[in-house]
Amino acid sequence: MLDMTPKNIVERTALRINPAKTCQPIGAMYAALGIHRCLPHSHGSQGCCSYHRSHLTRHYKEPVVASTSSFTEGAAVFGGAPNLRQSLKTIFQVYDPDVVAVHTTCLSETIGDDIPSMIKKAREDDLIPDGKWVIHANTPSYVGSHVTGFSTMTKAMVDYFADRDLQNSRRINILPGYVEPPDMRELKRMSSEMGVEAIVFPDTSDVLDTPMTGQYQMYPKGGARIESLMAVGGSAYTLGLGSFASEAAATALETKCSVPFRMLDLPLGVRATDRFVQAIMEVTENEPPETMIFDRGRLVDVMTDMQHYLYNKTVAIFGDPDHMISLTDFLVSAGMKPVFVITGTPGKRFEQRVKDILKGVVPNPRVHAAADLFYLHQLIKNDPVDLIIGNTYGKYIAKAEDIPFVRFGFPILDRVGHSYFPTLGYRGGIHLLMNIVNTILDRQDRDAPDERFELVM
Amino acid sequence: MGILKEQDISVGAELIDPHEVKQELLRKVPAKVARKRAKQIVVNEVHPSEDMPEIGANTRTIPGIITQRGCTYAGCKGVILGPTRDIVNITHGPIGCGFYSWLTRRNQTRTNGPEDENFMTYCFSTDMQEEDIVFGGEKKLRAAIQEAYDLFKPKAISIFATCPVGLIGDDVHAVAREMKEQLGINVFGFSCEGYKGVSQSAGHHIANNGIFTHVVGLNDKIKEGKYKINLLGEYNIGGDAFEIDRVLDECGITVVSTFSGNSTYDQFANAHMADLNTIMCHRSINYVAEMMETKYGIPWIKINFIGAEAAAKSLRKIAKYFEDPELIERVEAVIAREMPEVINVRDEVRKRCEGKVAMLFVGGSRAHHYQELFAEIGMKTISAGYEFAHRDDYEGRNVIPSLKVDADSRNIEELEVHPDPERFRPRKTAEEVERLQEKGFRFKDYDGMMREMLSGTLVIDDISQYETERLIEIYKPDIFCAGIKEKFAVQKKGIPMKQLHSYDSGGPYAGFKGAVNFYREIDRMVNSQIWKYLQAPWQESPELTAKYACD
Repeated sequence: MLDMTPKNIVERTALRINPAKTCQPIGAMYAALGIHRCLPHSHGSQGCCSYHRSHLTRHYKEPVVASTSSFTEGAAVFGGAPNLRQSLKTIFQVYDPDVVAVHTTCLSETIGDDIPSMIKKAREDDLIPDGKWVIHANTPSYVGSHVTGFSTMTKAMVDYFADRDLQNSRRINILPGYVEPPDMRELKRMSSEMGVEAIVFPDTSDVLDTPMTGQYQMYPKGGARIESLMAVGGSAYTLGLGSFASEAAATALETKCSVPFRMLDLPLGVRATDRFVQAIMEVTENEPPETMIFDRGRLVDVMTDMQHYLYNKTVAIFGDPDHMISLTDFLVSAGMKPVFVITGTPGKRFEQRVKDILKGVVPNPRVHAAADLFYLHQLIKNDPVDLIIGNTYGKYIAKAEDIPFVRFGFPILDRVGHSYFPTLGYRGGIHLLMNIVNTILDRQDRDAPDERFELVM
Repeated sequence: MGILKEQDISVGAELIDPHEVKQELLRKVPAKVARKRAKQIVVNEVHPSEDMPEIGANTRTIPGIITQRGCTYAGCKGVILGPTRDIVNITHGPIGCGFYSWLTRRNQTRTNGPEDENFMTYCFSTDMQEEDIVFGGEKKLRAAIQEAYDLFKPKAISIFATCPVGLIGDDVHAVAREMKEQLGINVFGFSCEGYKGVSQSAGHHIANNGIFTHVVGLNDKIKEGKYKINLLGEYNIGGDAFEIDRVLDECGITVVSTFSGNSTYDQFANAHMADLNTIMCHRSINYVAEMMETKYGIPWIKINFIGAEAAAKSLRKIAKYFEDPELIERVEAVIAREMPEVINVRDEVRKRCEGKVAMLFVGGSRAHHYQELFAEIGMKTISAGYEFAHRDDYEGRNVIPSLKVDADSRNIEELEVHPDPERFRPRKTAEEVERLQEKGFRFKDYDGMMREMLSGTLVIDDISQYETERLIEIYKPDIFCAGIKEKFAVQKKGIPMKQLHSYDSGGPYAGFKGAVNFYREIDRMVNSQIWKYLQAPWQESPELTAKYACD
């Protein structure tokens, strides 16, 4: 497995091998699916759209529908305006969404298609029925990563919908970041448990985890409603979770509607979740109920009970930057040592944050943004770790080096659970920690000589 | 038409008027779109010895229609050249294209030992950034090739262009030539930008041209063994090519190269030394076969290893070509040995599947081939279509002279190929060819999908999401076959859905063992218990629940 990877690390400046990121539009497509009755639209050649739909489908095992401008060579040269116009006509007539959320690709960005003018013209020419919305985000694949695309489309929701006249001083906004449907559901549950009226957007719960009923709903029950997306402009406060995914929208909302905001880490693990709950307390003056304090206590209980299996275990982690920051913090609080922390998404800020968390814990951590899994594998070859945590692509390294492996992040193409159980919040923390501990225990069982094979662990 | 409204009544497919269904599918779309789709939705009519109804195919996709099609890059890198294990395939573009084509097609790969290179689990990309778009990416591409060479010392490196590459004017071929000179290994590029052509198909053509120009014919080594063939258009999804190889091996037939499941650079380079080209997937690889015939004198025939009967027929056809009684006898012996298990399982499964109906909408080949497997267990195909096949795949190769290349595909290069002055060697003399043909043997024969489908079936090219939904609401097939994007929408409607691209991580389905796998898989799917539990008991029969509550 991965036999061609040499141990000796040579710096590469041009060749990317086994990336720890993918491109912007898939993140925009995912964000757009978090709007109720929205059809994501990919303005480019159709290959991108097919790839993005396929990959989201593989991750969720759910239908993922999106349309595309299907550029031909002619459109690539002369511009894609006619393609977008034809698309809108067909989309509204055949598929009748309430919102079409247009994102771009490297193709339409390179040729410089001006999407706002195209939308304006389409509106003037009655290609967009009354009461229907077409929004857009520019998502050039050659900038940032899928997280950037998610961030940009989330910001577009603010740009197009947020209305400061819909004032409600008791309401807050929560930007969940690029997290899973169950995480968004958990954030809604937690805020409601605290008696807070919160608008979580985008919101893919009940969109990408729909029940089997014998009916196919092209636009499922879930997704942030247009009324809600408008109302975010009149909320008292915005909590942005994960700066890479959420800061752009939070900033835009402050600029456009004067809603103050605070950026927080993704509430993953006990410390980051504490900060999230505290922030809600400060902003709303509401207190967490006993049930939530018990949830917290149960998470800390598991961390206490299982400490000896976790203590000083070295871990290599890779994934999206907001997740990696909080995960590093969580692992450290559980007594583990994240020695290698990698994200494919560029950003120096990431390296600084993670290094700050690891100060005094890991002497010389390798923390890298804009890095890849080939490099991570080489690091592991030189200094083997006790555990790897990351998306499905990590299983090749795990197999090659015979290291236990926990699936976490996007995409997970080969297991179930990630789309049903949260990893955010106290409850999510228990779920993630359970996964980590059980993986370690499975390995201990597998490797134990008979006399040390334990019944009770 | 009443049947469209009474969806809770299970209607026999034969009672549904396909012409009315066609009108129904066209009803909701804009008039201009309907005119175009009307050509791509055809009610099949089969009259022996007459031409098939004409179908609109290989034309541009309607924007916004929700197509299942992919792009030229996917056809070139993802399909044809991705499965080769010892070439470093570098995607020149932003990260997405390389990422999504990384291990997502199940082209199984097995090396001959630890000394064999295998790059299948790697994704190589130049990961273009904004400055590469602004200032050009050739410099980075050159550096990436150098780094790949320094790291791996591979036999060959190939480069795949993506959408922005063509627009910014990066010349991947010039960089390839330069680096080939500098490194002393074969480096070659493909201009497979995603916007070329109208689908994956253009990418197949570009891949065929590139591999033929840059690799085929470079190695004149004579491979040992008898009855040497190339297996073209077989990508070893789920181990299909392994099963075919097993059967061919037992027959004593030597495979010089496979295009391109579990293939190697050396196999491609040596492919021109075979004596017969056999084509599985006509759409993706017929170009290479044609060019090899012109340049080297190797004839080609269509074969099909999907379906036990089809596999047996294909083996006999190969044996007939070589006209060697020893081979013919051995092939018969292998078929005789393989068939009992097949028949055993088939008869068992048939009891539970007979009379059920299937729909198949797959790429450019399988929508046809798998109909044979379904037929073997008594299932009928009532509707089928391709994403990106051409008219010859639907109607048969005899329509090729009348095909018009439209504006969208005109820029896909047609290579001009001439007989190789030294190495052109007709494998059969004119007399031998004539004699074979008199005995009913057909070269370059592909009759297309429609001729083998029943009259009254619906053939739909580039089917849309909307059409898929309506079609299954109207016909309620017992199984629907397509890809990952369709899978869960169809399944949510309570209809078993079999992926015929990825096989839902199953397979092999080719050859004799593959047929057995497939029979069992379809039996499991169409007779699954799960469809009975879609509703909770209190939803299905409220009065019953009320009774329990009273008790």
